[in-house]
Order: sequence, then C-alpha cells, then structure tokens
Amino acid sequence: MSRLYMKGNEAVVEGALRAGVEGFFGYPITPASEIIETFAEKYFADREREKRGEKPLYPKFRVFMQMESEIASINAVMGGAAAGCRVMTASSSPGISLKQEGISYIAACELPCVIVNIMRGGPGLGSIQPEQGDYFQAVKGGGHGDYKLIVFAPNSVQEMAEHTMLLFNLTDKYRNPGMLLADGYLGQMKESMEFPEVPIEEYDKPWAITGMGEREKQNTIEFLFLTPEPMVEAKKRLLEKYKKIEANEVRYEAYKVDDAKILVTAFGTPSRVAKAAVDLAREKGIKVGLVRPITLWPFPYKIYRDLVTHQIDRVLVVELSFGQFVEDVRLGVEGKAEVKLYPRFGGIVPTEEEVLEKIMELA
Amino acid sequence: MKTEIIIAGFGGQGVLFLGDLIAYAAVKEGRYVTWVPSYGPESRGGTCNCQVIYADRPIGSPAIAQPDILIVFNKPSLEKFLPRLKRGGVLFYDNFLVKERPEREGVKIIGVPAFQLSKMGNMAMLGAFLAVTKEISPETIYQILEEKLKGPKAKFIPINKKAIEDGMKYIQKQGDQDATN
Amino acid sequence: MRVSALIPRYPEPETYVGRTHYCPGCGHGTLHKLLGEVIDELGIRKRVILVEPVGCSVLALRYLKVDGVQGPHGRAPAIATAIKRLRPEAIVITYQGDGDLAAIGTNEIIHAANRGEMFTVIFVNNAVYGMTGGQMAPTTLIGQKSTTSPTGRATEYFGYPLRICELLNTLEAPVYLERVSLHDVEHITKTRAAIKKALLNQIEGRGFSLVEVLSNCPTNWKMTPEESWRFVKEEMTKVFPLGVFRDR
Repeated sequence: MSRLYMKGNEAVVEGALRAGVEGFFGYPITPASEIIETFAEKYFADREREKRGEKPLYPKFRVFMQMESEIASINAVMGGAAAGCRVMTASSSPGISLKQEGISYIAACELPCVIVNIMRGGPGLGSIQPEQGDYFQAVKGGGHGDYKLIVFAPNSVQEMAEHTMLLFNLTDKYRNPGMLLADGYLGQMKESMEFPEVPIEEYDKPWAITGMGEREKQNTIEFLFLTPEPMVEAKKRLLEKYKKIEANEVRYEAYKVDDAKILVTAFGTPSRVAKAAVDLAREKGIKVGLVRPITLWPFPYKIYRDLVTHQIDRVLVVELSFGQFVEDVRLGVEGKAEVKLYPRFGGIVPTEEEVLEKIMELA
Repeated sequence: MKTEIIIAGFGGQGVLFLGDLIAYAAVKEGRYVTWVPSYGPESRGGTCNCQVIYADRPIGSPAIAQPDILIVFNKPSLEKFLPRLKRGGVLFYDNFLVKERPEREGVKIIGVPAFQLSKMGNMAMLGAFLAVTKEISPETIYQILEEKLKGPKAKFIPINKKAIEDGMKYIQKQGDQDATN
Repeated sequence: MRVSALIPRYPEPETYVGRTHYCPGCGHGTLHKLLGEVIDELGIRKRVILVEPVGCSVLALRYLKVDGVQGPHGRAPAIATAIKRLRPEAIVITYQGDGDLAAIGTNEIIHAANRGEMFTVIFVNNAVYGMTGGQMAPTTLIGQKSTTSPTGRATEYFGYPLRICELLNTLEAPVYLERVSLHDVEHITKTRAAIKKALLNQIEGRGFSLVEVLSNCPTNWKMTPEESWRFVKEEMTKVFPLGVFRDR
C-alpha cells in the first residue's frame, strides 16, 4: 500500500467522506479552516462532475453549508442529525465555545454527530498556536447540564482520519455526540500516512424525524419536562448509556510499561514528544513507559490504577495547558504515586530533550 | 537516520511550497515525514517558516528545536534561526537577498544567489539543497512537479525544472567547501 | 343539559388534536388549529417536519401530530436549513415567536431568508415575551409596559419596535412575506389563506416564505381577551401594518 501525504485537517475530511458523511456545516476559523475549505472543494467538484454528466465521487455527501455563525453551524448539525443523517461541524476553540449551547441540546436529545475542535491558544481570542486548554470543556461538559461527549484524541494525521471514522460509528451506535479533540499542530501538520481501514457501521434510526411517511406515530425530538418525574427517568436513561460507553469504549496506548518504574502520560502532539523522550530515556537505562489516552471520555482511569498498584510510583504528566488533563490522571492514580505536572502553554510544544530532562529529574 | 530542516523567509517567496515539496519527495522515497507550517496571517507578507522532518522511523515531535539544515531567504529569519542550527549543521542562505555574510562557528554556510539565478528562487535553492545533501533524488522532485502541475499548469514545469537545475549547477561550479567556517 | 352540549361541534383536523395548555384567549391555539387544517387540506401531514421554538409554543408538537424537533432559542432557521437541504422531500416549517425570531434569533432568520431556504416560517408577533412572564420584546410598542419596561417602552432608551417583514423585504431571495392578524374572524380567514400560500410555495419549490401573525397575550398585557384583540386591531396594526410585502 502506497503511503499518502496529507494535512491533518484534510485527513479529517477524507475520513468523514469515507465514513459516508451526508452534511457538513461550518464557519471559518484558524487553524481549522482547511476542513471547511476541503469540504467545499470536494462538494463543488462533485457538482461540476454532475453537470458534465459524470457520477459524483461522494454521492452520500449531499449538503455543504458555510453558515452565518458557529451557533448556526452547530444548530444545523442538530437539524441534520435529528433528520437521521450523518453530519458534522468543525471549528477551533473560540468557535467551539460558541457552539456549547447547541452541543448541550444535541446531547440531551441524543443526536449522533461529530464535532471537530482543532484547539488553539486561549482563553479569549488567545492565539492561533496549538494548546490543549479545551480539555475540561470537551470532557467535563462545556455546555450546561449533565452530559458527556465521546472524545477522541488523535496524535497523528493518520489518526485524524481514523478517529473521525470511528466517531461516526460510535456516535451512531450510542446516539451520542462525539468530539475529535486535536491541538493546532495536528490540524496544520502534513504527515506520511496509510489510510486506516475502518469498517463503516450503519445503524437504523427509527427515531429520526423524516416526515411520518408510513409511520402511524409522530416522531418528536425534544428534551423538556414540566414535572420532575419524567425528567428523572430520562436522565437515568442518559446515565445508563454513559455507563455503557464507559464500560465498552475506553481506548489507550501503553508503550514500554511492562517493567517501567516511571510513567509518562500525555495525549495529542505532546504524546508523540513524550514517546520519543521515553525512547531516549530507555537508551540511558531509565525504566520508563508511556500511557496515552486515545479516548479522553471515557477516560482510561483503570490502566493508571493498575500500573500504580503494581509497579509505578512516579508519574509525569505533559500537557499544553495549566493542568487540566492532570486532574483525570490523579483520579486514576488515586494517590498511589507521585504525580508531577510538566505544563507548557502559550503555543510552544516541549522538545523531546526537555521531556527527557523532566523524566531524569524523577529517576 | 533523521533529518530536521527549517525553511524560512518572507511570505510569497515559496517557503512553504519548498518545504512541502521536500517533504512529499521524502514520502515518495519511502520515509516517515512531517511538515509543519507557521500558519495564520503571518504567512501572507510577513516572515513565515516551515519545519520538515524525514526519517526512517516514526517521528516523535514534529516541532524542531535544533535543525540539521536551515534554509533562509531573508535577514530576520537568519537572525532568528541561525543560533538554533545544530553544530555540524548546514545553512543555505540567499546571498543575493542577504548581503551580509552570516557568522556562526561549527556549521557549514552555503550562500546561493537563488533569486538571482531564477525568478523561482525557492526552486533554485531546492537545486542547491539536492546537490549538497544528496538525500533526495531530483527525479522524485520532477515526478511530483508533473503530478501537481497538470493541464494548463503544465507549462510551468520547464521553468521550475530549469530553476532546480540552475541551483544544482551553481553548486557543481562553486562547490560548497569555500563557504565552510 | 350541560352547556357544552349546546355548542355546535365542528370536525377536528387530523393534524391538530387536543386542547392546548395556552392561557384563555391566547392566539396560539387558533393558529395551531389553522396550521393543522391547512396541512390536512394540502394532504402533507406525513411529509411535515416542524421545528418548535423556545417560547410559549415550545410544546406545539403535542397538538400538531407531525414529526418535529425542539430547537434552542432562536435557532430554528438554522435547524430547518439543514433538515430541508438534507431531506428536500419534507415540508419543513418553523413556528417562532418574537423573542425567538426577532431578538435572539435575528441572525439565523436573516441569513436563512437571504439564502432563500426552501422552508416556511410562521412568525407569531405578540409584542412581548410570553413564557418568561411578560418582558419587553423587540416588537413591544412604544410606550407599552412590560416587566422590563415598567414605565413603558421609551425609544430613547430601548429603540423602536422591530418590523421583521419590512426588514426581510430588503433581501432579494424571499418569495413571500405577509403580515396577517388573528384579531377577528375575517383576519383569521386571511391568516389561513396566507399559511396555505406559504406552504404551497414550499410544495412547489418556489423559495423562502414567512407569514408574520399578529397575536395577543392577554395574561402579560393584563387585559381580558376581548381587550387584547382590540389592542391588536387598534394599536398593533398601526405599528405593524398588515399586508403582502413580497409575492413572487
């Protein structure tokens, strides 16, 4: 299989198209704009093909919309998902903040869709450089009320495509929105890759609003209760679903942990740096390994718990923010190991040597 | 083997494209590759740069602290990146656009009047890079040009090729030793 | 004999069922019923997708037996845009109040209208936020009292009533814009005709249609239903003149 060479943002689009995306609704923002641009290019190229009497390359991809705002984009996604279609949007941190109300509604109504966040520096307008400061927003809520998004954290261009495809499957499977959470580097970087083979799973959507057609009963997609009892029941169902996802969908990568005494942990771009630093430290005879969460929710608490129970007593957390991810690592470690945070922020990714230095301080 | 390259200059000089071409060629030759641009408004008019890594193993950080090779087309970029060039590394700079000869011990300094050799100065510099490093085959580059410049754009292939050849010839004629510190 | 037995009973439309939860005298029930009747008459019930707003009519799908979704406040036009484009065979209707459409959702309605989205908007203007308890709306009349303009809407402080039909009439794309009223039988009949026309436009793929319906809010206006309809007739229609603004 020949190796491809693609930008992270383009890989998201390629993954989505192969997953059978039917609608994309977006708004431009750096460093995510290549996603909306690539969708536009693919969509209108297909329309030109149709004009020439040729078959479109992506017959399922029927709607591309540059909406008037981030808010309109996420609400269009809500409409498309409610209509039973595979739909998505993509933005970067400030834009994702604007979408939070819609995301909360979508989670409440259990509508499957994919939201891509190519994170930039914050708070506020911040910068366009890579950060991971939206961790809490993505995994702990962000919008109002109790809800969870299935959150994937790719660390390569190949995974940008692969996780987008997985998210379409899982969001449909569980009727739950999902987020691809990647720092700006992953969106902007081009990398050699092989296109991942992810089988496309298709799920019936008898709940979708399509017009009643042959159905006798109307389908309504609502989440509003005038009395507590039905809301308690509805939220219990949500909670049950979240427990099921937590039980079945945790994904992580463990690297050289078998004999490790020290654990380095990171997600996204810093996890690549950390992995290279682990190799450098191993060359120096330091017994160090890496855990990289692939899903940030559900979070792989158990692997941390298992490792610190048996062998590891020091944990180094590398993240591109003040210290958000570290809080989940601490919940996993349950106080059974020393957890040291190495935060980098403002748009600078630490070097392999810098992470090595931190590992050596712990050794 | 791992080669880390930073390419920098003004927006419009073809800095990102040059890096992209080297990166894509390395992919075609079977290597692991990352290419990271400096992105945003600075890439239109201001200084811009990109970082290219190619290696025979999967690449850890796509960010480069100390490049093996530095290619620069203007003075601000030279001032910014030359101190970061690895000891034993190679600097390519356009000595037509940067008049002052850069000073730095322990690195090889190669001046190429790229934008004098050709309007496509980035391609002339690519020729020099190919001739000095010999890590990527010019044939791979030509193959990519033919792949990317199709239809009405195909007429640009000869001038691009010529610029690359001029850069290679310049190195063959001048050598790269005289510029070594 | 019970009094109700003396009231003549007319057949209920198939689409519209039940008794609404709205306050006595409120126009929403009438309007729901008109919408239900027109849907039945056009035979499109099985194709309709209704987007509910946030506001008093947030539970409209309880009374209108069609498929539908409840959107966030003001966002119905964005939701409807996606639904109609992904399912062009569906008849997509948004039902929005003046807080929803003319305040928090102005961006969405203007852009949906400007793109000429092929759905139908029923816009209910009763010059007040009803569900939240009678606060000032963009459509509140000059001098009209509300809980957030307790001494009356002063233009130097709050600006002027926003006229949506006139505003949208500056755009190229909409094919049909009409303002109607529910204040008496004659006007209810005209409202029914306007809704029918707007839906026919969609069925025939002509483009974006919006029907602005002047309605009342006896509870928050602190009036009897009769006084409230007189207010619509005598005061509101002065600020919001009835008529067809666009018909292409």
